[in-house]
This record gives sequence, structure tokens and C-alpha cells, in this order.
Amino acid sequence: MAEREKKPENIPMLEVRNLSISFGGLKAVDGFHISIEKGCLYGLIGPNGAGKTTVFNLLTGVYKPNTGTILLDGANITGKKTIEINQAGIARTFQNIRLFKDMSVLDNVKVGLHNHYRYSTLTGILRLPAYFKVEKEMNERAMELLKVFDLDGESGYKASNLPYGKQRKLEIARALATDPKLLLLDEPAAGMNPNETAELMETIHFVRDHFQMTILLIEHDMKLVSGICEKLTVLNFGQILTQGETSQVLNDRRVITAYLGE
Amino acid sequence: MGFLSYFISGVSLGAVYAIIALGYTMVYGIARMLNFAHGDVIMVGGFVIFTIVSTLGMPPFVGIVTAVAACTVLGVTIERVAYRPLREASSLAVLITAIGVSYLLQNIALLVFGSNSRQFTPIVTLPNLVLAGGKLTISSTTIVTIITCIVIMIALTLFINKTRMGQAMLAVSEDRGAASLMGIDVNKTIAVTFAIGSALAAIAGALLCSAYPSLTPYTGSMPGIKAFTAAVFGGIGSVPGALIGGIVLGIIENLSKAYISSQLSDAIVFAVLILVLLIRPTGILGRKINEKV
Repeated sequence: MAEREKKPENIPMLEVRNLSISFGGLKAVDGFHISIEKGCLYGLIGPNGAGKTTVFNLLTGVYKPNTGTILLDGANITGKKTIEINQAGIARTFQNIRLFKDMSVLDNVKVGLHNHYRYSTLTGILRLPAYFKVEKEMNERAMELLKVFDLDGESGYKASNLPYGKQRKLEIARALATDPKLLLLDEPAAGMNPNETAELMETIHFVRDHFQMTILLIEHDMKLVSGICEKLTVLNFGQILTQGETSQVLNDRRVITAYLGE
Repeated sequence: MGFLSYFISGVSLGAVYAIIALGYTMVYGIARMLNFAHGDVIMVGGFVIFTIVSTLGMPPFVGIVTAVAACTVLGVTIERVAYRPLREASSLAVLITAIGVSYLLQNIALLVFGSNSRQFTPIVTLPNLVLAGGKLTISSTTIVTIITCIVIMIALTLFINKTRMGQAMLAVSEDRGAASLMGIDVNKTIAVTFAIGSALAAIAGALLCSAYPSLTPYTGSMPGIKAFTAAVFGGIGSVPGALIGGIVLGIIENLSKAYISSQLSDAIVFAVLILVLLIRPTGILGRKINEKV
């Protein structure tokens, strides 16, 4: 997955226009738009309740938008099902870690690999040679991914027994196993101490460079945001307050007001 | 020797409950619903075998294979038609639908086969095992039932833990939303679960009707409820729980029939269930379920 073909650089990896959704009378996201170039590390920030996770849920098909279009690498994925969107190339992690807790670290990654390796259920039940061959390939691929995140030593652990920082890493590894074009990280630094956050920043950089990944992340930790994001979009009450280069956005008066009040 | 004999036939009855309970427990674990029509699938399996073996006079093997195929198709169809449209509905709506499907199957069977009890030809025709110089006789059906149960348990455990589809099932049972965002087809996974549960129900039907060879449209209902009890008893959602729950239930039922009262045996079985649930609300092997907040 590291050797993805180079496509024309002018198509953005993600292009969203006029995306809106209402819950009851509340416009949770209103007229959201974004354009993310390939290989960009993009940040989505804003105060609590601004609609950031709702945007992620719209992008991944958990919610169906009322209006708007979502183009992934030029392909229209608006209104598709979660599984179709995952197959089209969007993978994500969750604000509150949602690993398969009772499964092993290795098996969590193998669930991510599910659609990339095939043998029929009957082959699996009868344990035909194809079963062992494909399972071996899956194990090797999963171990490779775990090694990248320095988790290969814990492959047999139950996911819930990993320390917190490693659970976050495992979530990223599981998401990458689905071979995405765009990786969405929902508050990856939530609950981390400064050391773990620093390590996470390195990991995210590494993922971008090693997998040539386009990454959109939601984050509250301003040190992380200013440290790794090249561009930012600021949401406030479901609407875009401003977007652009990180340094410009963070010095914008309106952004400071939205975070700290008048 | 009397005790041992009752005990072994209790294990055998429990093995049938365990095979049925697997259907309840897997469907509950993966689709989060109670499929109360599961017991009636057993009855359908019984009638398919009855028709093929007793009416058409074909060999028992053909009957079993046909019943497994028919019940698999039936289970997947029920899921597709009755339960899938309600995937996002409240669990109460799904529960009531399941009860409706149960009555539907019973009444279709009533229309087709009538309410008279049919004499089922036992499918196991091996000689009985006589031990201890004739003091202990174990019927071949009992032995076949126990062996079948063991084979099914081993196969299913390997399937769930060692195959792609099994891993997908575990993932869906833990977090359906996260699984679908990782590219797992939740609908397909649930359909496979129903297929496996219903195929097992057909096998349970064959074994049950061989041990108790009278077949009516209501044949599946009581064993269904008992197997559901066994699943809850062992910890619903847990495969080894279904085995333990089934066996314990079968032993209690048979021993109370032998030593206390055959009329009270069902009451005793359910009283034990209530006691267990008072002490361990999640069953013997059940996990504590943390509600998501």
C-alpha cells in the first residue's frame, strides 16, 4: 500500500461542497466545504460541540447529509454506505477508542485486512490449502503493519490489555490495514500526556511519509495542531469560521474569540 | 447403575439443548436479537427428514442433508425478510416479529401436516452399547448425539477463532458500527450467522426426534425455550456457555424426572434458571455488559 500509483496532482484527495445536516431543528453542520490535497496533513478544529465529529460521521457514511457532495479522489461518494465508503478508501479512528477489545492485537488488524484477502467460508470450514495460504499472508501483512507501530511484540495480547497510547496506535494500524487513501483521526491525542502526544506527532508524520497518506484530523491539543497540521479549518456552531494555512488561522482574531470568548 | 444411566441420557439431552442453544447464542451475540422462531426451525427440520425418510423411504443420510439445506435457506430467508428491515428498529419490535415468525411456522406446519403426532423413524440404527455385563445400556442415539455435539463445538470454535468470517463475526458482535467502518459487511455476517444457527437446528431436529420420536408442529417449541434457557444459563452470547448451559440443564431435567417427579421436572429446570440468574445475572460464563454512554 506504500507504493500507491501517482495520479495527476491537480485532483484533490477530498473535495467537499456545501455539506449540511440537521438533527431536529438544529443545523449540526451547515454549508461545510473543504479541499484537501494529496499527502496533506489537515486539521479540523473548533470548540466542543462545533460539529467536528459530525463532519467525520458524514464523511464516513454514518450519517447521510441533507445537502452537499463529497468527492474522494474525484469519485462521488455522497450518500454511500459506511462499508462502501471504507472500500472507496476512507478509514478512521474514534474519539473514544473503539477497538475490538476482546480480540487479540493481531486479530484487530486482520479485521481491517478483511476485504483484501479472500477465501470462501467453505474453504475456511474445510481448511483447504487455500485457507492456510491466505491466512499466512494475512498474518504476515498484519505483523508488518504492527511492526511499523512497534506493536509486533504485543501481537498476541488482548487489545484491551494494551496501554492507552498503544491502543491509539493500534487503532491507526487497524485503519491503515483497510488500505485507505484518506485517513481520518478523531482526537488522536485525547487523554495523552505530553510525552505520549509528542510520540504521537512523530507517528502521524511517519504515517504520512511512509504510506504517502492524506490525513484529516480533529484535535484540541493546540501544540499538536500547530506542530503537524499544514492547513486548518475552524468550525464554530456547525459553520466554517475560517480556513487556510495553519499559522494564519491560529492568529485570526475570530478563532481566538471562538475559543476564549470575547 | 440407575443413576449413571439417567446421568448419561441427561448429558445426551443436554447435548441437543446445547446444539440448539448455539443458534440462540450466536444470533444474540452477533445480531443482538432473540430469535424466538429458532425452536420452530428444529420442527421444520424434523418434518423434512420425516417426509424424506418415512414418507419417501429414502436413506436417513439424504434426509439429514436435505433438512440441513432446507433449514439453512429457511433461516437466511427469515432473517432477510423479517429481521433485516428492522435492523435499526427497537429490540421490542424485533422480538415481537420473532414471536410472529414462530407462530407462522407452526401454523404452516399445521396446515401441511395436520395436528396429529407423526411417528418419526429414528435415524440412528446402530446397536446399543451394553456395559457392565448388561447392567448399563447406552442407546446408540445417545452416543451419536454426544459425539455430534462435541464435533460441532470443536468445528465452531475453530471457525470463529481461526477464519476470516469468524473474525468478522467477533468484530460485529463487539462493535457493529466500528466493524462496518473497517469494511466488514454487517448484513452478510449476520446472514451467515443465521445460516449456521439454522443448519445446527436441523441437526438438532434429527437428534431430538430420534430420541423422542413423536413429531407435531409444536415439537420445536418446548426444546426451543429450554435451549434458550440453557443459553441464558451459560451466558448468552458465549459459545462455551451454550455447551455448559445445555449439558447442565439436560442433567438437571433428567435427574429430576428420575428422582423427584417427571411432572415437576420442567418447573425445577426453570427454578434453577431463576436461581442462577439471581446470583449471576449474566449467566455462568457471561460477561458483564457495560452499557455505552
